[in-house]
Amino acid sequence: MQDMLRRYGGTLTGAFFLLTAFWLLALIILPNITLFESSFRLYLPVTEIGGPRDVYTLANYQKFINNPVDTTIFGMTFQMPIHMKTFFNTVLFSAVVTLITFVVAYPLAYYLAKVVSPASLPTLILLLFIPLWVSEALRAFAWYIILTFNGPLNSLLVAIGLLEKPIRWQNGVFTPYDAIVIGLVYTYVLFMLFPIYGSIQSLDRNQIEASEDLGAKWWQTHLRVILPHAKPGIASGSVMVFMLSAGSLLVPTVLPSTSSNWFTQTIQVLMLESQDWNSGAAYSFLYILLCSVVVALVMWLFKVKLSDIAK
Amino acid sequence: MTRSRNLLGHVYFGAFLFYMFVPLAIMGGAAFNDNRLPSIYPWKGWTDRWFIELFRDQVLWNSAINTIWVALAVVVLAVPLGTAGAILINSISGRVRGVLYGLMVAPILMPGAVIGISTLLFWNQASVPPGLHLSVMGQVSYIAAFVMLLVLARLQSFDPALEEAALDLGASHGQVLRRILMPHLYPALGAGAAIAFFQSIENFNVTLFTRGTSNTLTVYVFSKVRSGITPTINALALILIAFTIVCAVAYEIARRRAARRELLRGADDGEASTPAVSLASAPVAAGQGA
Repeated sequence: MQDMLRRYGGTLTGAFFLLTAFWLLALIILPNITLFESSFRLYLPVTEIGGPRDVYTLANYQKFINNPVDTTIFGMTFQMPIHMKTFFNTVLFSAVVTLITFVVAYPLAYYLAKVVSPASLPTLILLLFIPLWVSEALRAFAWYIILTFNGPLNSLLVAIGLLEKPIRWQNGVFTPYDAIVIGLVYTYVLFMLFPIYGSIQSLDRNQIEASEDLGAKWWQTHLRVILPHAKPGIASGSVMVFMLSAGSLLVPTVLPSTSSNWFTQTIQVLMLESQDWNSGAAYSFLYILLCSVVVALVMWLFKVKLSDIAK
Repeated sequence: MTRSRNLLGHVYFGAFLFYMFVPLAIMGGAAFNDNRLPSIYPWKGWTDRWFIELFRDQVLWNSAINTIWVALAVVVLAVPLGTAGAILINSISGRVRGVLYGLMVAPILMPGAVIGISTLLFWNQASVPPGLHLSVMGQVSYIAAFVMLLVLARLQSFDPALEEAALDLGASHGQVLRRILMPHLYPALGAGAAIAFFQSIENFNVTLFTRGTSNTLTVYVFSKVRSGITPTINALALILIAFTIVCAVAYEIARRRAARRELLRGADDGEASTPAVSLASAPVAAGQGA
């Protein structure tokens, strides 16, 4: 601190302070405090604000545990509140997306980091960048076209004889969330690939060779040498993909089935259609809780620091 | 053994590229299909009417212009805020540093919808109506963190003794900042500005909740996809993809030229491959759709 004053003088140091303070207070801390505060207030007509009914209450959070519907999970059917069910499905299928993107991306990351010749690497990475620069809405839309009933996928599969008649992909083959999972994997797989690539890249090739020379099978090398080294990248990629999936509004809206519902869609209906901002705030706060739990869990599970995850 | 496994790697990577690009090709191809629904199958003949319709779409042009303005405003705000934050964090240590760092990067990990809603509620209490200015505020809150991370990384390679020397030689504080620190940070500031710009263009979640009644390109595309889908969206997609590919090719040509120049100068391989390294760290930021 002293050091900063000496280098940049009072005016500039003050300016740095003010800029940072504006960012942290006006753009991050105060909006979140407002969010938290309004989540405990009722959605009232303007005339009643400040009136006798304008009190702090848990009513918005109670909506989360109201309206039970029949839910089937792993073959067991029981009653679950409808919004909680949506929340649960969002978390579950975001986890599925995270797992799939990891399985798809890990071999690719290894390939890019250790197999490809250094000369062609920049070109390959640039190639991977192109789909990333195309807007998320359009990438989800591309899968909408592919999966439609009269679309190219059905015609192709019928033509080569794999299917007897077209399938309604969007309504799901296994679960109502199939199309959403397909869309999310396609949209976010690169966010898993690049962090893992980054961490494998820093692994000394000699360590892999040493492991092979000492007689390790290829899977042992991966399990004992490469995967542990890639841990920070895997942690970072997993948090990114999970939070992006759970927070995605575009993909679940563009690729819905008749019975799929994503928690962001619930919030969107509250905020923009019912105009009930207070319940929207309460549900947003649940997202913040989820986010904190996931980040804490990954930090604990992978034994990494926050600075390893967010970079 | 190793060779066969490498072959497997090439095949898998090829399949992955196929998987990444075929949906884009199908979407782009549908722009030429003379069919009221956006699809390449059944093919009903070539047409350019979707492009013509696209160019007549006034709402689209307004949205595009809004998007650019918002992105420029985000750059103008996020770069100074992120840089100031990085310089501040770099000069402190201990628990305070940890807390500040956590606060700064938290919005990157938070869902965009939550950022949008909290921004909307906060400024609404201050009687600021929703609109694109709030979208800028919401976007800056997390995009400034990307700038901060880039500048912080760049500061690690900065030699503070240079500043000492300048001060000893009688430079003013302003001169130290302008002549010593800033030139060292330029690459990070440039990359930060570029990432901020593209992040802002890509942004959907924050904008949707804060925009009021104005449109940006992503919001417009979204409303199109959701309501009346016609292949004009495909025409737009094709134009955007083509633009991306042209940029990528231009970048690749420039990179190869630079690499060849390095090679001629007799520099080692390490120098030529640096763009790849700096590229690899960018995508997390560049495409992150928070």
